[in-house]
Amino acid sequence: MSFTTFLQQCLTGISLGGAYALIAIGYTLVYGILRLINFAHGDIFMMAGYFMIFAMASLPWFLAIPVTLLVTVLLGVSIERVAYRPLRSAPRMSVMISAIGVSYLLQNLATYLFTALPKGYPEIPFLKRIFQIGGLSASFVTFLTPVLTLVLVYLLILLINHTKIGMAMRAVSKDYETASLMGIKINKTISFTFAVGSLLAGIGSILYFTDRMTVFPFSGSLPGLKCFVAAVFGGIGSIPGAVIGGFILGLGETALVAMGQSTFSDAFTFILLIVMLLIRPTGLFGEKTTDKV
Amino acid sequence: MKIRKLMCMAMATCLVAGSLAGCGGKKSDDKVIKIGVFQPTTGENGGGGFQEVLGIRYANQIHPTVTIGGEEYKIELVEVDNKSDKTEAVNAAQKLVSEKVSVVLGSYGSGVSIAAGQIFADAKIPAIGCSCTNPQVTEGNDFYFRVCFIDPFQGTVMANYAFQNGAKTAAVITQLGDDYSSGLGSFFKEAFAGLGGNVVSEEQFQTNQTDFKAILTNIKAANPDIIFAPSSITTAPLIIKQARELGITATIAAGDTWENSTIIENAGADAEGVVLSTFFDEAEPANEEAAAFIEGFKKYLKDNKQEEIIPAVSALGYDSYLAAIKAIETAGSTDTTAIRDALKGVQIDGVTGTITFNETGDANKDIAFIKTIKDGKFQFLTTTTVE
Repeated sequence: MSFTTFLQQCLTGISLGGAYALIAIGYTLVYGILRLINFAHGDIFMMAGYFMIFAMASLPWFLAIPVTLLVTVLLGVSIERVAYRPLRSAPRMSVMISAIGVSYLLQNLATYLFTALPKGYPEIPFLKRIFQIGGLSASFVTFLTPVLTLVLVYLLILLINHTKIGMAMRAVSKDYETASLMGIKINKTISFTFAVGSLLAGIGSILYFTDRMTVFPFSGSLPGLKCFVAAVFGGIGSIPGAVIGGFILGLGETALVAMGQSTFSDAFTFILLIVMLLIRPTGLFGEKTTDKV
Repeated sequence: MKIRKLMCMAMATCLVAGSLAGCGGKKSDDKVIKIGVFQPTTGENGGGGFQEVLGIRYANQIHPTVTIGGEEYKIELVEVDNKSDKTEAVNAAQKLVSEKVSVVLGSYGSGVSIAAGQIFADAKIPAIGCSCTNPQVTEGNDFYFRVCFIDPFQGTVMANYAFQNGAKTAAVITQLGDDYSSGLGSFFKEAFAGLGGNVVSEEQFQTNQTDFKAILTNIKAANPDIIFAPSSITTAPLIIKQARELGITATIAAGDTWENSTIIENAGADAEGVVLSTFFDEAEPANEEAAAFIEGFKKYLKDNKQEEIIPAVSALGYDSYLAAIKAIETAGSTDTTAIRDALKGVQIDGVTGTITFNETGDANKDIAFIKTIKDGKFQFLTTTTVE
């Protein structure tokens, strides 16, 4: 393998990892608060792709992006409102099944509304500009994805550690019954968490689809599954864990393909998950939970 | 609570109404023969499957009845969705069997057809594939027929074309676990190597994968003259655009699935120069049936708010329907085994040319159309035959 090919693959891996990380944070945030694996998260990501297509059809990009993000956040929050909130006191399994239901609902709704034929993702001119450095060739978004991911994660950590709502989130995630006794508005905090998760999924969707250019009703299913693995690998509930998990997954997959083993690149993802669960069930950065009797 | 009660009432009413309507249908005096439409309208191949369904629905509109032994029978289409999934395909096939259809048409995608083939054979219901090109669909199955050519032929055609146009090295990209993609890929590889070409890179990807950069970077390093990537239409624009973005200039080629205007729509200028083989060319109608079809179906597409470019799969859907009614007429009965026997001898002048079936049930077709994308349109390049 020549040096240029190596660099090109590294770039691909880091960019893919960045997009994975943004989605994985959504899983981890919701899990941290509700102990719920939000299986619909990958489909929110897919819907954000469709929203962007429609927004760009009538608006310039600098308006289309905020509109898309807003609608995505509304979708995420209303899913929580409709499908998860009524089950707040139900067994955890019921909520998870509800999440799977929402995931199928979104996929089939998209098939019904937008047909199963792929739709072209609009080009945002400055993101799509192609850079040639020596033998390397990549668009601006490939470089932007990992950088933006790290910036957003930094902001998110600031938000969680240094604001009032962040403190509420931490309290709810520790023990939400006690938190509600202390006067924290549980529902508001949870809605906010879903809003943040969906916002990141929306941003991730813009970066991911600008680079990959078509959206179809199932384009959220595989990234969703992989990001879930990334979140578990990094330790579900931990934000730095999700980010590192995302990057490891993106780089690892790309490395396998680069070595000529494209057949096994997905097997890698899931073997990684199994090995991690066997050796360290809490993931890289997960907290050990001790059962209080 | 009130709302809930109302909902219950409404649902119950619907159920009752539904069952009554069902009864009504059975009591009527019209003689009805059922034809099953076994196609994916959702899932990975939902888009292409739907276009095939449109071809069949149009055929049903043009030829709504069939004469059996002097009596006119109304043809009723029973559509099921196999969801592009091999497990769902089995369920969908069983549903058709329990609906007691006389013939089955479909499916788009070879994998689902192979999965469901045994069920049709066990129920002794003849099935006519429209665009499933993998040889295993009809092999060893006495009840499966098809109106299209098969992959060993298609793979050879593309390999010949590539080699004759100066390609000495090729890369092959196939979809893991997809019978159509991996089958066609390996037939191409065999034929290309047989001609003296060199396959320098072989890559595989997963269903629903959207990122092909790593695979394509490998291919770029191997620097082939042509990339052969038989795959679904959801994958096609992704491969094409990402390849061009990485600065790959090699010709990209594929099989029949890629003859679909969504690819041009999605890949835009990057799709220019893509080469593919297909079943049908609307610029050169083979016979009167074809000429009438081209005119009528374009209008039908417009009425259904579709692009007015005839997808080859719609033409094949139409032809499979023609074959089915011809066989029913020839058999002179609704007995499924008799229809199967009749199919072996029928000859129809279809939209895609004259169709007869050989011993395995495949159409005797020895001609493929090679097209390229130029100025945002599919352009006819050449027809090829393989001796």
